[in-house]
Amino acid sequence: MAERTIDRAAFLECMAWCGTGVVYGLTGAGLVGKPFNAIDVAAAASVPGAGATFVQISDTHIGFHGEANGDVIATFKTAIDKINALPQRPDFVMHTGDLSHLSKPEEFDTVKQLLGTIKTGAFFSVAGEHDVINDRGKMYFSMFESGSATPWYSFDMAGVHALALTNVIDIKAGGILGRDQLDWCKRDLALQKPSTPIVVFAHIPLAAVYPDWGWTTDDYAELLTYLQPFESVTVLNGHIHQVFQKNDGKVQFYTAMSTAFPQPKPGSRPKPGPLTVPAGELSSYLGIRDVTVHLDPGQIAVADATLG
Amino acid sequence: MRSMSARAALAGASLLVALSLGAGAIAISTASADSASNGDVHVSIDNYAFKAPQVTIPAGEAVVWTNKDDDPHTVTADDGSFDSKGLAQGDTFRHVFSKPGTYPYHCSAHPYMKGTVIVQGGK
Repeated sequence: MAERTIDRAAFLECMAWCGTGVVYGLTGAGLVGKPFNAIDVAAAASVPGAGATFVQISDTHIGFHGEANGDVIATFKTAIDKINALPQRPDFVMHTGDLSHLSKPEEFDTVKQLLGTIKTGAFFSVAGEHDVINDRGKMYFSMFESGSATPWYSFDMAGVHALALTNVIDIKAGGILGRDQLDWCKRDLALQKPSTPIVVFAHIPLAAVYPDWGWTTDDYAELLTYLQPFESVTVLNGHIHQVFQKNDGKVQFYTAMSTAFPQPKPGSRPKPGPLTVPAGELSSYLGIRDVTVHLDPGQIAVADATLG
Repeated sequence: MRSMSARAALAGASLLVALSLGAGAIAISTASADSASNGDVHVSIDNYAFKAPQVTIPAGEAVVWTNKDDDPHTVTADDGSFDSKGLAQGDTFRHVFSKPGTYPYHCSAHPYMKGTVIVQGGK
């Protein structure tokens, strides 16, 4: 466990990169690159007053066969075991995209079978760019139906109003929501009470995390204006395979770990992509996210846990 | 539609010739862009870039792209006239350019990856 020790350099690094998010009184819950402070999900969920819970998983990349992870199915299964061992069954599980690596039917089949083993009340997903790479998502949307005629939808569960957005189709630089989706967001949010906790899911970060690598969404700023009236807004994204956290006014923004492989910290290498870590350390870079919704006073607590 | 079909048929015929006469050149090409004996120009996709980003060929000849990254990439014409779809590591995509012109393309998963094929008048 020596590698988990918080040293000053790592702490300062994370304070700069993760901001000062508070998870059950613990500062700097984010895990970036080398994790330094894995939060005990079981302990978090047992905090008195905890309310409904849901789980975010991301970037399973089923079909990936590279040096960074020789068995992405095994690590996904480990993540599922972790969800199924939670003290409280999550109201729902959301997969924030890149379910598959290459949009192949057999990859989607495998993901679907594995997702079926998760003990949860409901399952949702949003598409990643790997899920739409061959056909602009035709196969993905047919296999992971949301009940919506559009690639975006919303639902009410676990005490939150959730938006599930698609920002990976016809991308030009970073992610893109597009005119139709933004108009829909405006209409959908206009129907909600300001006191209702809002959670926004999308694959590519809805914040300018690192535009040089496309780690941003070109038109996210307009979405933020529609979120301003709400007292509690939490944005949960994937894509960058590491935890990044920032507060933008009332909007709490978090990216999640992958269950498949890490990616480099922004700018630490010339390019993004699967990062190979020393043997035996992979599970400490992968993880799941357990989110607890406190209906009174409507706060949302985010806890990230590594797979090992 | 008729011209598209004709082009597809032409590409298929050229591919057969390539397979029978010089398919080995595709497999052993390691240069960033080099002209093989069968006339195909090879472009590798390496470290999130098309190498070389600009190639020039005579009309009727082909460019073959090979993805060397373990992240999938595509070779997608900006005007939609060709699209490799997702290329896994080691996959190749061959496209015959029958008409002279300038063909900018990108990777649909990483749009900052850009390249251009310049096709010169018929030989």
